[in-house]
Amino acid sequence: MATFILRRILLSIPVLIISTVIIFWGMTEIADPLSSLRLLPNVSQQTIQNIVDRKHLDDPWYVQYVFWAKDLFTERNTTALGNNPIWPDLKRAAGNTVQLIAISEVIAITTAVWLGVQSAKKQYSVFDYTTTTVSFFGFSVPIFWFALMLQALVTGLFLWTGFRLFYTFGQSSFDIASQGWWAVLIDRLQHMVLPITTLAYVNIATYSRFQRASMLEVLNADYIRTARAKGLSERTVTMKHGLRNALIPVVTLAAINFGGLLGGAVITETIFAWPGMGKFFFDALSQGDAYTIMSWLVVTAIAIIIGNLLADIAYGWLDPRIRYD
Amino acid sequence: MTDQVERFPSARADSDVEEAVTQSALDTMARDDLDVLEREGLEIESLTQWQLTRRKFFQHKLAVGSLILLLIIILSSLFAEQLAPYPFDAPNVPDRSLAPTLTDNHFFGTDKIGRDYFSRTLYGTRTSIYVAFFVSFLSTGIGVIVGGIAGYYGKWIDNLLMRVTDLFFTLPFLPVLMILANFWGRGNPIRVGIVLAFLFWTTLARIVRGEFLSLREKEYVEAAKALGASDARIIFRHILPNALGAIIVNATLTVATAILVEAALSFLGFGIQPPFPALGKLISDGQDALTTQWWLAVFPGLTIVAIALCINFIGDGLRDALDPKQRVK
Repeated sequence: MATFILRRILLSIPVLIISTVIIFWGMTEIADPLSSLRLLPNVSQQTIQNIVDRKHLDDPWYVQYVFWAKDLFTERNTTALGNNPIWPDLKRAAGNTVQLIAISEVIAITTAVWLGVQSAKKQYSVFDYTTTTVSFFGFSVPIFWFALMLQALVTGLFLWTGFRLFYTFGQSSFDIASQGWWAVLIDRLQHMVLPITTLAYVNIATYSRFQRASMLEVLNADYIRTARAKGLSERTVTMKHGLRNALIPVVTLAAINFGGLLGGAVITETIFAWPGMGKFFFDALSQGDAYTIMSWLVVTAIAIIIGNLLADIAYGWLDPRIRYD
Repeated sequence: MTDQVERFPSARADSDVEEAVTQSALDTMARDDLDVLEREGLEIESLTQWQLTRRKFFQHKLAVGSLILLLIIILSSLFAEQLAPYPFDAPNVPDRSLAPTLTDNHFFGTDKIGRDYFSRTLYGTRTSIYVAFFVSFLSTGIGVIVGGIAGYYGKWIDNLLMRVTDLFFTLPFLPVLMILANFWGRGNPIRVGIVLAFLFWTTLARIVRGEFLSLREKEYVEAAKALGASDARIIFRHILPNALGAIIVNATLTVATAILVEAALSFLGFGIQPPFPALGKLISDGQDALTTQWWLAVFPGLTIVAIALCINFIGDGLRDALDPKQRVK
């Protein structure tokens, strides 16, 4: 197992390097970070020259890449134009995103597993059809539109009743810190509910389909019939013999998803103005800041690689038939 | 198993039951019995795989209903010039900010400079559907060619393909699309389509490669090879038809994904932009007036949901219909 993990990590390093090279090349070829500065009349030639020197913009792109890679994990990794170090902001954004996706994934997995198991046990029942329809709706609804509709509903409710149940914007109210930790917690939760609902709904739709399919397959297996035949209770049969084996695909999928989510909740975070990784990326891209985007991409790609690795490990751990040698 | 069939709502029609019985009886029937049948003047109807598939698809009521609804949506958007009560972007200030109403045919209301949102949605749907089908065709084409070559010839081509798809899989999907669109694809529908297809083909390439890898080892391929069939003949005659099911299902579902992703890109401002109409852009125009002019965001959004839902149901029906292990009920 240890050698498998080591080999996978070693294999993913060249993939990571190649993808950063390609994207770095693309960003430097297409975007000129100085173009906006050159248009401003009050920016002196000296300022521009300083930036050129600092980022080695006179050199070819591969030289720039080497300098970028050398400084990547240090304090000298700064935004393209300014002198602002990238890592502190990125760290804060990552922390905020982890809060969001950890909660939404826990909710999504538990709900989806429960839904999937129940629909498989009562296949072709009204419950099954309802779950199926709701999850098909989940694949088919644009995330951004779903988020907007939630915002509209909650705002409409507020305008109608004057009671603010959830916030539709941001991470915390600006004066809340003075009112004690209890108020801060409640306030944070009120801000989190809508983004979490958005993220969780889409994932519940996907996960519950997987869970239903794998549970159906397991419930038709011979060892389930054996378990029933030897007189085990229905609960033991479905939970201990059935669910344990049927969990494998969903756990794998969730692990793969987790890496992507860490960098990828772009739409949800942008709409709800949640200051996480997705919003961080969106802002960097809107400003055309290649250096910030590159740092973000490295973190996200590493998260995805770790997620995929965790998925493989989980797979081997849940299914003893799989061996990684 | 019978229990399941009984409770399944798209239940078998009686004639089909008879047919299934005849078919299975045929398996056990000796040759003499066949002669008897012939002497009696009875015939056994044999169905090709495509007839079976079609029959199975048309039994999936939800899929057929979705197909009809989707055709209505597609046709009405194709004939937008004839059907739309107003031009796409003609402002009409006296009629501004109207809620949906039947008078003057403002079914989906108007925006703050009086443009009719029903007409805008029709035109926007047309763009979105064009782009989605374009993406599906292009990415399916690339995916089949690359996946097929990698799966059939293997060796370094296969290795190269797998490394390329690995690369795509370590990058976050939507952000990379946004980066590409920002620098190259922004604005024009065809460019947006090309950018989407550029990231979409890897999924299908993997599927096709897998199919080809396993089909390549089948006895009938070996037999064809022994008979001296060319590579092209083996690929197009013996392997591709057997991989077609997976390809068709994937191409269908790609249309739905492409609609959703294109809408998201256009919404964020990295996709299709004016003067081209697009559903995502319409929704983002309505974003600022969510509570006062709810119809601006609701109707284009519902249109996307309807299209994507239809395509997903059709894909589901096709998947069942193309699966030879599922019998005609």
